[in-house]
Amino acid sequence: MKEFFAFIKKEFLHIFRDKRTILIVMIMPIVQIILFGFAISTEVNNVRVAIVGDTTDPEVRKVIDRIDNNKYLTVTEILSNTNEISPKFQRNEADVAVCFSRNFDSELHSGGKASIRIIGDGSDPNTAQMITSYVSGAIQDEQDDITIDYAGEQKTSMSPVVQLMYNPAMKSSYNFVPGVMGLILMLICSMMTAISIVKEKETGTMELLLVSPVKPLWIIISKAMPYLVLSIANFVSILLLSHYVMEVPVNGSLFLLSGVALLFIIASLAIGLLISVIASNQRTALLISGMGLTMPTMIFSGIIFPCESMPEILQWVSHIIPAKWFIIMVKKIMIQGDGFVYIIKELSILAGMAAALLAISIKSFKTRLQ
Amino acid sequence: MSTELDTNSSYAMEIRNLTKKFGNFTAVDNISFNVRKGEIFGFLGANGAGKTTAMKILCGLSRPTAGEGTVAGFDINNEQEKIKRHIGYMSQKFALYPDLTVRENIRLFGGIYGLADPEIKAKTNNMLQTLEMENVRDKLAGELPLGWKQKLSFSIALIHGPEIIFLDEPTGGVDPETRRRFWEMIYEASEKGITVFVTTHYMDEAEYCDRVSIMVDGRIEALDSPAALKTKYKATNMDAVFRTIARKAQREE
Repeated sequence: MKEFFAFIKKEFLHIFRDKRTILIVMIMPIVQIILFGFAISTEVNNVRVAIVGDTTDPEVRKVIDRIDNNKYLTVTEILSNTNEISPKFQRNEADVAVCFSRNFDSELHSGGKASIRIIGDGSDPNTAQMITSYVSGAIQDEQDDITIDYAGEQKTSMSPVVQLMYNPAMKSSYNFVPGVMGLILMLICSMMTAISIVKEKETGTMELLLVSPVKPLWIIISKAMPYLVLSIANFVSILLLSHYVMEVPVNGSLFLLSGVALLFIIASLAIGLLISVIASNQRTALLISGMGLTMPTMIFSGIIFPCESMPEILQWVSHIIPAKWFIIMVKKIMIQGDGFVYIIKELSILAGMAAALLAISIKSFKTRLQ
Repeated sequence: MSTELDTNSSYAMEIRNLTKKFGNFTAVDNISFNVRKGEIFGFLGANGAGKTTAMKILCGLSRPTAGEGTVAGFDINNEQEKIKRHIGYMSQKFALYPDLTVRENIRLFGGIYGLADPEIKAKTNNMLQTLEMENVRDKLAGELPLGWKQKLSFSIALIHGPEIIFLDEPTGGVDPETRRRFWEMIYEASEKGITVFVTTHYMDEAEYCDRVSIMVDGRIEALDSPAALKTKYKATNMDAVFRTIARKAQREE
């Protein structure tokens, strides 16, 4: 046991001596949360609306006012015809255009049919979709009022009211906080563990440790231990930041959340160990964990692209990414407030992965020694 | 020569018919030798001759495919943990942790070999005094000159009082003066009764050994004192002896 503590102390010394690493490891989660939170926000604010139509038309006026009064939308331009829309988009002077048909007011009153066309900037499809649905929502409100005005009463009609449960304000932080958590834990546990083991292989100190009476299993555990502690610290800091700065709630059990995180950390440590067996130098280890772990985790875990809209083959690929299951569970626990029974499927998948990874990596580490 | 293994013998190492195969490849092919206590035993061979594989078995890092033997009185087949406690090891990289101080390095290895705290403290002071390194005790090991690092890692390899010390090309890439001083340390250790098992590429170093073995293609092709080998192969120095013997190699590197 004493031998083991001598080892662990050494591992911590390595980390604390390397100021750059400690800085990266402690600062990275905070920077990522803030970056994703403020810079890469998928919410839409200050949408600039260009209007094409006869502004003297009273009904057009009413719709324009309605749009302008919406807190996300601002009418910035009145254009005389639709040909002017494209240059506005190109010069980035408008985000969306609303076109009214000729004789809007009289068409509406006589035939009951007048048309409005909403033109979005499809070069950024995600934003365009969001903006056009804001605009049509605003126009829908006006439509309801018109119906009441002219019919004198509310006609029986079906109008869907959309409500997003768990995230009524559609905050993107609800999506990226679990994502970033998965990414950071994966990065620190796998990459740092792999690099620290490979470094010893490179410098030849690994040989010294192996000819010592300390059992290889203890060497592995003591290598992983500091990164376990670091990632727990990161887990806590991400939670605090997301709760107090991003205002993401923790609706479910904090205990369950921590348990799930611990399981994921163990799986990541096992991956790190596996990489350290494969890689012969630090650069390879860095490359494997960067390209082989971070990229797929970013892409397949649903932080940026929703998994559901991927081709089936890629969806299958996403199933083997441990981070995906972790992130799903974190969302369920944090946002939906689900209890243990609702995450049994994901939990058993992740537990299975962790067990398999651990078994494979320890076995391959031992065979490597023979 | 008897094949009985006698733990009370005057041998630090007794190896009989040691073989190690990796699939169809026989890295070590039925080698037998004894190393006397306190002897400086040179273990020579070209790259790929099977030196490293044999040495790994002797250090308790890997198990032989066939054969038997003892190292420091412990069986190489099933007492590897005990072997590890009774041997010291130093590789060509004089591996110390560059980001730990001199004192922390000593402490670490004392701890790894299970020494008690007061013992580590006493040994640390003693070692720093003998090496005249007291004023750099809190310096990072990485900042020391190469010769000092080498002296330090040699002393650290002896911290737990091993009976045998394995030196794997300990003087690779070091200038002649540093090499000479390093061999002085080896002689000192040998005089204290520690058996020295050393591999080297430098044939002038082979001359310093009490006996040398030369491995070719997994087998021990020659084993005797440098003087006897020179007479046998009618050579003026060990370099000529080595070249005559290594010429028989069939194996690619």
